[in-house]
Amino acid sequence: MNMPQVKTEKAKAVAMPQPAPAVVLPLEIKRSQLGEKILARLGDIAARVIPPVVVIAIALIVWELLCRKAGATLPPPSRVLKETRELILDPFFDRGGIDRGLFWHLSASLQRVALGYALASIVGVALGTLVGQSMWAMRGLDPIFQVLRTVPPLAWLPLSLAAFRDGQPSAIFVIFITAIWPVIINTAVGIRNIPQDYRNVAKVLRLNQLEFFWKIMVPSAAPYIFTGLRIGIGLSWLAIVAAEMLIGGVGIGFFIWDAWNSSHISEIILALIYVGIIGFVLDRMVAGVSSLVTRGTAAN
Amino acid sequence: MTAYLKIDHVDKTFVRGSTETEVLKDISLSIDHGEFVSIIGHSGCGKTTLLNIVAGLVPVTAGCVLLENREVNEPGPDRAVVFQNHSLLPWLTVYDNVKLAVDKVFAGKKSRAERHAWTLHNLDLVQMTHAKDKRPAEISGGMKQRVGLARALAMEPKVLLLDEPFGALDALTRAHLQDSVMALHLKLKNTVLMITHDVDEAVLLSDRIVMMTNGPSARIGEVLDVPLPRPRKRLELAANQTYLKCRQRVLEFLYERHRFVEAA
Repeated sequence: MNMPQVKTEKAKAVAMPQPAPAVVLPLEIKRSQLGEKILARLGDIAARVIPPVVVIAIALIVWELLCRKAGATLPPPSRVLKETRELILDPFFDRGGIDRGLFWHLSASLQRVALGYALASIVGVALGTLVGQSMWAMRGLDPIFQVLRTVPPLAWLPLSLAAFRDGQPSAIFVIFITAIWPVIINTAVGIRNIPQDYRNVAKVLRLNQLEFFWKIMVPSAAPYIFTGLRIGIGLSWLAIVAAEMLIGGVGIGFFIWDAWNSSHISEIILALIYVGIIGFVLDRMVAGVSSLVTRGTAAN
Repeated sequence: MTAYLKIDHVDKTFVRGSTETEVLKDISLSIDHGEFVSIIGHSGCGKTTLLNIVAGLVPVTAGCVLLENREVNEPGPDRAVVFQNHSLLPWLTVYDNVKLAVDKVFAGKKSRAERHAWTLHNLDLVQMTHAKDKRPAEISGGMKQRVGLARALAMEPKVLLLDEPFGALDALTRAHLQDSVMALHLKLKNTVLMITHDVDEAVLLSDRIVMMTNGPSARIGEVLDVPLPRPRKRLELAANQTYLKCRQRVLEFLYERHRFVEAA
């Protein structure tokens, strides 16, 4: 009861002695705090940006020095920039056939990956669920999966070309068969690792199969499923470049192969940079979706 | 008179390969409506197996469990369980954890608004409304157990099954939760079957204490009535003769006649 009074008295006693400077001081503190905050923030950004910039600059200089001499087999960065200027500045040109801007090549590759990867995700999660849930399915399918997943992606290409008799579906199939294994295996592990507690809760509540799938299984296995999906997208992007080199047509893989055949080494280097950046962005995208969906699942 | 919940000559044998382990032997127990019964015994004596049999999570080898004269052999919300380690779904908020049960049990029986109100009402019963939008990882162990209790109560079970609900909590939190459970039992008149290994907890909360012998082939060794009037107050009971006598009986059973022998 007496507490508040005591408090105010104390506060007064402290505030009484010097009322005049108290008006000026807080403002000063505020401004310097704000300045400090901005400085700290800038320092933080600099600490992240400066190291990679320095490393890239050093790498470019070394590259330039090494490839500048007469008789160098690869072009130095300055020549790469000069020769690919048109490709960099206008990625959207289209002169028919495969003579198109990089945007069209990349988007064709991305479309194939999107289709193959989407199929692999759906079928992979479904098969993974089956293998994770049923002892019989696991015993029957797991040995087959373990053998098939070691087959290199490109080894599937001739077979799929024979089956589909067309480059487009064959490339999509190669992406599918490359991305599906990590999705299946991780989903199955995730399903098998659903704690018995959650299963008991579902039993007491009498959740039906569908409710169990959506309300317990998917959220509980989500961290595992997304690990599989993330490995899958990386493998897809690896496989598409190789597959497109063989099937031809529009696509970043064939663009690289075509540049090699025409001895446009600078174009190859530019294409590799784009492939790297897009692979990185794809990985980040799946990771982003993953952290959004699995919010809270990992911590218990 | 027939009992509300009747465990009738239940045997349970686990078979793994060629080895058979008899866990429970000839367990018979009748529980009246509104009664609070505790099962106490050393760890490994099959207490949890017995509770899981009543819950329907584990099938019996012989005998049966009757609830209102009907055999129960699969799990259902009429026998809601509060699990030892809370078993809340970590990806759902406190509110959604309870709502999941409410939506499932009262689908078609209550309107959307009624289900919402019922969820909040049950969170209010265990004083957890303030944390309804938090996830289980963000609340303390005692709070998780409260939410688990709210989820079980929200199913309006005929029998509430508590599987060492306070086992993982510190002593102070445990005492606090025991008081809450007593208050709720007084208010809602639930029939409760609780597993415990804490003598004080058993005497404080129960109308009857079922003491189990050590496994394998655990049986009911003794059943003790606790003739203490309700509401019970922890502090007043500390010096109560009846309380002390009951406590003494349970301790004697557990530590003299059926001392826990480490399995060789």
